[in-house]
Amino acid sequence: MSASATPMIEMAAVSKWYSPQFQVLKDCTTSVDRGEVVVVCGPSGSGKSTLIKCVNALEPFQAGTIRVDGINLSDPGTNLPKLRARIGMVFQHFELFPHLKITENLCLAQEKVLGRSREEAMAKGRALLDRVGLAAHAEKFPGQLSGGQQQRVAIARALAMDPIAMLFDEPTSALDPEMITEVLDVMVELAREGMTMMVVTHEMGFARKVAHRVIFMDQGEIIEDRSKDEFFGSPRSDRAQLFLSKILSH
Amino acid sequence: MNYTWNWGIFWELNPEGTGTYLDMLLMGLRWTLATAALAALIALVFGSIIGVIRTLPNRGLVLAGDAWVEFFRNIPLLVQLFLWYFVLPELLPKAAGMWLKTLPNASFWTGAIGVGLFMSSRVAEQVKAGIRSLPRGQSMAGTALGLTTAQTYRYVLLPMAFRIILPPLTSELLNTVKNTSVALTIGLMELTARTRAMQEYSFQVFEAFTAATLIYLALNASLTFLMRRLERAVAVPGYVTGK
Ligand SMILES: Nc1ncnc2c1ncn2[C@@H]1O[C@H](COP(=O)(O)OP(=O)(O)O)[C@@H](O)[C@H]1O
Ligand SMILES: [Mg+2]
Repeated sequence: MSASATPMIEMAAVSKWYSPQFQVLKDCTTSVDRGEVVVVCGPSGSGKSTLIKCVNALEPFQAGTIRVDGINLSDPGTNLPKLRARIGMVFQHFELFPHLKITENLCLAQEKVLGRSREEAMAKGRALLDRVGLAAHAEKFPGQLSGGQQQRVAIARALAMDPIAMLFDEPTSALDPEMITEVLDVMVELAREGMTMMVVTHEMGFARKVAHRVIFMDQGEIIEDRSKDEFFGSPRSDRAQLFLSKILSH
Repeated sequence: MNYTWNWGIFWELNPEGTGTYLDMLLMGLRWTLATAALAALIALVFGSIIGVIRTLPNRGLVLAGDAWVEFFRNIPLLVQLFLWYFVLPELLPKAAGMWLKTLPNASFWTGAIGVGLFMSSRVAEQVKAGIRSLPRGQSMAGTALGLTTAQTYRYVLLPMAFRIILPPLTSELLNTVKNTSVALTIGLMELTARTRAMQEYSFQVFEAFTAATLIYLALNASLTFLMRRLERAVAVPGYVTGK
């Protein structure tokens, strides 16, 4: 089987416990193909963040297997920092490094992890800043930018590592409504360029526009995992229906 | 009270033959400065290491760090200095104990290391609190970018943690300076010891201790001033939470 035929992300029967009494992920199985955009939704506390953090081993899991680009995360021989460097991640609260200028935020991991020179990292960083429309803010600090701008920088920071896939954990839910679009626009463009994306979000407009598949989670389980058209169109589980009716009525 | 004030005493010669009484106090100040500087360095280095260790996801290391802090924090400084100065050499093999006892400036080394280790427990507390005060997402963001744990601490967590704890670290620095005076009990002729000697030689107790008070005040005021400058120099534009 050629590399491009294997899915980019494969999860098989993944289970995770935060304590013996509390199982946060229950037997989760799914996969994300190369170039595919998968939206993960579900009620708060259903385990979406935990699931997505397992994909780049930010959270350990106790059962099942996850492979990214064919590499098994649980294999003791896997170099996790090296693998993580190839998977971009965008957080709800941006998590830019406040003491570093925007350019330094973009250069840090390029230099320290990928070993790029300052010039190379800077050129890459500036190009990406330009792309997310923030070239004018290169020399500012994160605290001097709006939430929407910070999140676009965070996306640029992840892209600077030339990731093979991008993970988003509710990238717009900490933003004021007027800033959501500017971030979603960047994500839509990325999706259209063929980036492999796993996106936890309640922005169903985004899902309708670019998602190939939608996963619905509840209480640690993947309840639905369907193509976008099936998810929004055909009959589905009561829980997903209830959830959709709640978030779409906003 | 039958007391004859004599502010000119500072310019009179001291009976030790080392110049004036003022020279004697300034010589004490130099030992205070040297002891405080080495102690502060030790406190910063060990406090940072122990503080970091206590935030790592490794139970054994955390327990070891906790033990360090509890040991140095819960025993009075005076007792600790006695332990290092009088008890430790007796517990060591004879030759090593002898070597320690006859070390040149033994009371300086013991005083600086003793005060430094004592203060390291307090710095460790601050460093741990500073790291803990950062959002959990910060270390995740570092890790997600492929930084190793050490790199995440070095480039992401510690620069912010130290900025946040600069004000309490300033108080710990002042405490370090003040605590060096305890080393007079193991024979270190620092500022307080010199002041007492001056009082014993000259009987001008008020002048001597007024001078010592003013020197300590000036020293710590200067340190406070420098630390404020440092705080301003490293302040992050647009960052509001810390203050
Ligand atoms: N570090 C943790 N320790 C214990 N429980 C946690 C931890 N992180 C999350 N949880 C719990 O796990 C469940 C799923 O959390 P999360 O994955 O964040 O859900 P979601 O992102 O869908 O809102 C929640 O009940 C949450 O309280
Ligand atoms: Mg979440």
